[in-house]
Amino acid sequence: MTELPDHIVLKVSDLRTHFELGSRVAKSVDGVSFDVRRGETVAVVGESGSGKSVASLSIMRLLSSPGRIVGGSILYRTSQGQVIDIATLPERKMRAIRGREIAMIFQEPMTSLNPLYTVGDQIVEMIRLHEPLSMAEARQRAMKMLELVEIPAADRRLDEYPHQMSGGMRQRVMIALALSCNPNLLIADEPTTALDVTIQAQILDLLRRLQREIGMSILFITHNLGVVAEIAHDVVVMYTGRVVEKSPVASLFEHQKHPYTRGLLACIPNALRDRDETGGRLRLNPIPGNVPPVTALPPGCSFAPRCSYRIPLCDEAPPLMTAGPSHLSRCWRHEAL
Amino acid sequence: MAAVSAPTVSEASFVSRLVTRKTVMVGLLILVVVAALAILAPLIAPYSPSRLSVVNRLKPPSGSYWFGTDEFGRDVFSRTIYAGRLSLLVGASVVAFAAIFGVTLGLVAGFFRRLDTPIARIIDAMMAFPDILLAIALVAALGPSLVTVIVALGIIYTPRLARIVRASTLVIRELPYVEAARALGVPTWRIMSRHVLRNLVSPILVQGTFIFAYAMLAEAGLSFLGLGVSPEVPTWGTMIAAGRQYIGQADWMTLFPGIAIILSVLSLQMVGDGFRDLLDPRLRKDL
Repeated sequence: MTELPDHIVLKVSDLRTHFELGSRVAKSVDGVSFDVRRGETVAVVGESGSGKSVASLSIMRLLSSPGRIVGGSILYRTSQGQVIDIATLPERKMRAIRGREIAMIFQEPMTSLNPLYTVGDQIVEMIRLHEPLSMAEARQRAMKMLELVEIPAADRRLDEYPHQMSGGMRQRVMIALALSCNPNLLIADEPTTALDVTIQAQILDLLRRLQREIGMSILFITHNLGVVAEIAHDVVVMYTGRVVEKSPVASLFEHQKHPYTRGLLACIPNALRDRDETGGRLRLNPIPGNVPPVTALPPGCSFAPRCSYRIPLCDEAPPLMTAGPSHLSRCWRHEAL
Repeated sequence: MAAVSAPTVSEASFVSRLVTRKTVMVGLLILVVVAALAILAPLIAPYSPSRLSVVNRLKPPSGSYWFGTDEFGRDVFSRTIYAGRLSLLVGASVVAFAAIFGVTLGLVAGFFRRLDTPIARIIDAMMAFPDILLAIALVAALGPSLVTVIVALGIIYTPRLARIVRASTLVIRELPYVEAARALGVPTWRIMSRHVLRNLVSPILVQGTFIFAYAMLAEAGLSFLGLGVSPEVPTWGTMIAAGRQYIGQADWMTLFPGIAIILSVLSLQMVGDGFRDLLDPRLRKDL
């Protein structure tokens, strides 16, 4: 029986997910480890191509071929207190995990709901799939779920179709759908990216409130460090399939111990901060260059070609080093940063 | 003013929405009339469809022969309504056959990648074979009869439907809501039936109405070659085929069975279109 400390819901250890494309191998996730504690939120941050979405799909075991988990473990504590390794779980058992234990919401609220059914139908379907309730009971529960996600006039909204709702409403419905079977862990893959800033804030508020009330853990995938500051307890920064920095949220925003994280923060426009002495506007500082494809990574530190702190030592691949109390960094110069 | 009842998703509201659609109602009306004429043919037909009258050969439409007579002096009206029985039966059975096998094959091919290549290749091979030749071979092997004709035509039209279903399935399978459904633990068979098949209703309906028409005409081709039902039994297809030789002198011989085919296909399409619109909430005008 695998061991897992009581307060940890999900423990990803040395996860490696590769895509075998003929003779080339894309190591989309290459040795990623992190823990999600009960009732807390871990944010996985990174640019497109950093492997953050592949990591979340690995946890749900929703990889499409030729993607495959080739190593590592994903230990998960079920609501019955059993510890299972999702990385090796048979697909048949996995189906009982999805939705009931771990639920997932996606980036596209406009298309994540089936346009042909009313939102009530879709929530009822989900509830009845996982629990033996009558139609009437399930509908009652569906209405409660809509109220939980703060949708006004829930009983009327149940009979509406997705196209009659706004993006923010649909994301609320998606959250209601995902939470309708009381999952332990919610994986949210960029759930606010497609929404207006004001709606984003509302959805983040909602998630925080639901977390407090239900006590579920959240794995939050995003590229937006502003959102991270709002919602996360711990942050995992990913680059080219590896963790480059891992830290509690406060420590990360106080001092970034990896130039990549620093670069990501510099990319967030700030109307007040970005001024010179005379009050003129400063230009934003994007990270130069692009994320290298995971099939053609540079030897040594994969961020080195884009890094302004580069030293000759960076030709050697840095390990994940301790850079402070529960603060890890994959940079040779983390002390100088 | 009467209170407006609260919107409910029920069978009743579906039927009431159906009734308010003009196209659907006109289509249904035509379909019912055509079908009723065919079914009630023995009661309606003024003459036996096989009664010969040598003196009345190739007579134009008149009071006693509403649709005229053919080259043997048989009443074209009686033959047309009798023919409807077999033609509609063949059309409907072929569509049902093709729908059952075509939709299943297409869904499986589109959904399970491992089975896609073998199924898709078989479909391609069947499509590459000339239709009528395949039908002739099948009928020759199985012996000519009504059932053989239906099975042969069903086999011919199955790949057409399967191809469309497969292509649409490949698209729908990748849509975010299908992935979202998988992420929430919806089993595969349920995703296939509820999320994928339901989205395929309109292409299947449209293709089904085409197949209905093609099957009636192809049956004529087979009967013309002596591979269909026996020539004494009229179908719209055989009537048109026979009338072709006399089209200069007696165009009513082809005109009326032709109109019958057009009316039944047209009405089917009207009903099909209406159903498709009603089944897609985005196209509903009452929301």
